[in-house]
Amino acid sequence: MSHSQEGHPKFLQHHFSDVEQQRESAKLGMWVFLVTEILLFGGLFVFYAIYRAWYPDMFHNAHLALDVAMGTTNTIVLITSSVTIALGIRSIQLDRQKDTIWYLFATLLLAGTFMVIKYFEYMHKIHLGQLPGEWYHFDGIEGNNPHVFFSAYFLMTGLHGIHVLIGMGLITWLIFRTKAGHFSSKYYTHIEMTGLYWHLVDLIWIFLFPLFYLIG
Amino acid sequence: MNKIPETHYLNAKKGIWSWLTTVDHKRIGILYLFSVMFFFFVGGMFALMLRLELLTPTEMYIDSDTYNQMFTLHGAIMIFLFIIPAIPAILGNFVLPIMIGAKDVAFPRLNLLSWYIYIVGALFAVFSLVSGGADTGWTFYTPYSTTTSTAVISIVLGAFILGFSSIFTGLNFIVTVHKLRSPGMTWFKMPLFVWGMYATALIQVLATPVLGITLVLLIIERLIGIGIFDPAMGGDPVLFQHFFWFYSHPAVYIMILPGMAIISELITAHSHKKIFGYKAVAYSSLGIAFASFIVWGHHMFTSGQSELAAMIFSFLTFFVAIPSGVKVFNWVATLYKSSISFSTPMLYTLSFLFLFSIGGLTGIFLGALPVDIHLHDTYFIVAHFHYVMVGGTVIAFLGGLHHWWPKMWGRMYNETLGKISCLLIFVGFNMTFFTQFIMGSQGMPRRYHLYVDAYRPFHAFSTYGSWVMAAGFFLMAYYLIHSLFKGKPAGNNPWGALTHEWSITSPPPEHNFEEIPITEHGPYDYDKIVAKSTLVEN
Repeated sequence: MSHSQEGHPKFLQHHFSDVEQQRESAKLGMWVFLVTEILLFGGLFVFYAIYRAWYPDMFHNAHLALDVAMGTTNTIVLITSSVTIALGIRSIQLDRQKDTIWYLFATLLLAGTFMVIKYFEYMHKIHLGQLPGEWYHFDGIEGNNPHVFFSAYFLMTGLHGIHVLIGMGLITWLIFRTKAGHFSSKYYTHIEMTGLYWHLVDLIWIFLFPLFYLIG
Repeated sequence: MNKIPETHYLNAKKGIWSWLTTVDHKRIGILYLFSVMFFFFVGGMFALMLRLELLTPTEMYIDSDTYNQMFTLHGAIMIFLFIIPAIPAILGNFVLPIMIGAKDVAFPRLNLLSWYIYIVGALFAVFSLVSGGADTGWTFYTPYSTTTSTAVISIVLGAFILGFSSIFTGLNFIVTVHKLRSPGMTWFKMPLFVWGMYATALIQVLATPVLGITLVLLIIERLIGIGIFDPAMGGDPVLFQHFFWFYSHPAVYIMILPGMAIISELITAHSHKKIFGYKAVAYSSLGIAFASFIVWGHHMFTSGQSELAAMIFSFLTFFVAIPSGVKVFNWVATLYKSSISFSTPMLYTLSFLFLFSIGGLTGIFLGALPVDIHLHDTYFIVAHFHYVMVGGTVIAFLGGLHHWWPKMWGRMYNETLGKISCLLIFVGFNMTFFTQFIMGSQGMPRRYHLYVDAYRPFHAFSTYGSWVMAAGFFLMAYYLIHSLFKGKPAGNNPWGALTHEWSITSPPPEHNFEEIPITEHGPYDYDKIVAKSTLVEN
C-alpha cells in the first residue's frame, strides 16, 4: 500500500479504506438522518391532518388571519436560498473557493431574511393574542377551538424555524472553514451534506406554506 | 497455555481521559456496559422492592403513592435505560464492526456522542427520581400525565434525549453495514447477529423520531397547555396513545430483535452446526421489523378506538407470529443432530427457546380481540411482556454477554458458577412470572398496590421467585467481576466459532485487524471447517 500524499490524504479517517468509501458513508448517513427529520415532522403533520379533518370550517376561518403576502415572500426567499447553496456546492466542485464563500454568504443572508419576516409575523400574532391553547385570547375567528389552529401553526413553523437557525449556524461554520482553505474539489463533504439538510428545510416549508396560508 | 497479548484495546491508551474521549467502538461498548448495567441494578432493586411490598395484600412498608412512583421508575428505567440500549449499544458496538471485518463503525465520534447523550438522558431520569419521582407508569398516558403533580417533565425529557442516543446508534449501524463490509463479506455471508442488528437499527431510525415529537408535545402540553391532548380544549387524549404506540410497539422489537440476533449466533457456535435456513432467519428479521409498524393499535383495544380499527389491528397482529415462528423452528432444527456443548451460553439459549415461546404464544392470545378484552390490564399482560422482555431479551443478552465476555476481557469466567447462576435465574424467573399468568387469568389487575386475599398465595410465591432470581444475578455479578482479575486466559477462540471476531486476539488489538480480513467462508460453515477451541489447550 502506498502511503503517499495521494493515497492517504489528511481528511481520510483511518477506518475507511479510501476517500470514496468515506464520502459514500457520509452521504448515506445524512440521508438516513433526513428520514428521521421527516418522521419527526411527520408526527406534527398527522396532528395537523386530524384536527383539520375535525374542524374544517374553523381551519378555513383561522387561516385568514395569516398574511399571504409575507408567506409568499418567505417561500420565494427560501427557494432562492436553495439555489444559492446548490451553486455554492457547484463552485467548490470547480475549486472556486471565493465563489463558494459568496454563495454561502448569500444563503445565510436569505435565511436571515426569512427569520426576520417570520419574526414580524409572530410579533403581530402575539400582539393580537392569536396564540396556542390557553394563551389564545382573540375574538373574531368563528368556529370551534380556533386555538388549535394556532397550536399547529406555532408548533410546526416554530420547529421549522429552529431548523432554519441550526442551518444558519452550519452555514456560518462552513464559511469560516472554506476561508481557512479546508475544502476543495477533492473534499467538500461538509458543504454537500449541509446542502442536503438545507434542501430538506426548504422542502418542509414548501409543504407548510400551502397547508397554513392557502387553505382553499 | 493461553496468554493475554501484551497490548490490546484495553491498555493501548491509559488514563481515565483516554476512556472519556475514546472513539474506539470496543471501548464505547465497555462504557455502555458499565453505565447500562448500573441502571439494570437500579431498576432491579425497584423490582425487588415492589415484589416485597406485594408479599401481603395490605400495606407493608410503602404507601400507595410511593408504590405508583416505584413501578413507574422500574418500568421507565428498565425500558429506556437498560433494555433498549443493552444489546445494540454494548454487544453490538463491541462485535458488529469486527464481525463484518471493519476497523470501526462508520461514524466513531457520533458513536461516542451517543454515549454522552445517554448519560445526559440518564441524569434527567435520575433528577426525576430524586425530585419526587413520576407516577404515570412508563407509558405517560394523558390526561393523567398532564395533570399529576409529580416530576413528569424531567423523566419525559430524559426519555426524549435517550431517543437521540438510540437513533444515532441505529444510524451508525445502518451505514456501517452498508458501507464498511470487508472484501468477500456479501450480505448473505454476514453473521445473523449483524442481520438482526440491521433490522433493529431500521426500527430505531424509523420509529424513535415519532416518540421524540410525541414527548415534546406532551411536555409543551404540560407546560403551556396547548390543548392537543385535552378534550376540554378540543383535543384528544387517545391521539397520545396512537402516537405513543406508533413508536413503542416497534420499540418492543427494538428490544427483542437483538435478542434473537444473539440466539442465532449462540445456537450455531455452541452446537457446532450450520444454521438451519440462513436466509429464512435473515429475512424474518426484516419481516418482524416491517410487521412491527402496523400493529400498534392492539395496545388500544379498550381505549376507545373504532371497532373496525380494533379488528384490523387484531388481524394484523397475528402476522408477527409468522417470522417469529420461522426463527424458533429454524433454531430448533439447527439443534437437531448437532453436537451440543452445555456451556453457559448454550444454557441461556435453551432457556430463551422455552421462555420466548411461552411469551410469544401468550402474545397471540392477547392479540385476539375478544380474549384481550378479558385479559387487558391484568397480570396476564405483565407476565406476557416479562416473558418476552426478560425471558427473551434479557436471557439472550446474558447468553451473549457470557459468549463474548472472554473476547472483551481475554479471560474466562467460572463455568460452574455460570451454570448454577443460569439455573437460578431460569427457575426464579418462572416462579415469579408463571404465577402471574394464573392470577392474571383470574382477574388480578396490574399496577394495584393492594389486592384481595384470594390472590395472596400467588403473590407470595411470585415474591419468593424474585428472591431466587436475585440470588442468580448476584452470583453472576460476583463471578463476572472476579473473572476480570483472576479468570484464566481464554485464548482467541474459546468456543471454536467461525465468525471474524474469534480469529483475532482476546482482547482484540486497538484497530481490530492488522490487515482487513478477506471473507472466504460463510459464518456457520461448521460442516466444512473445524475451528479448535482454545480452551482445550488450557
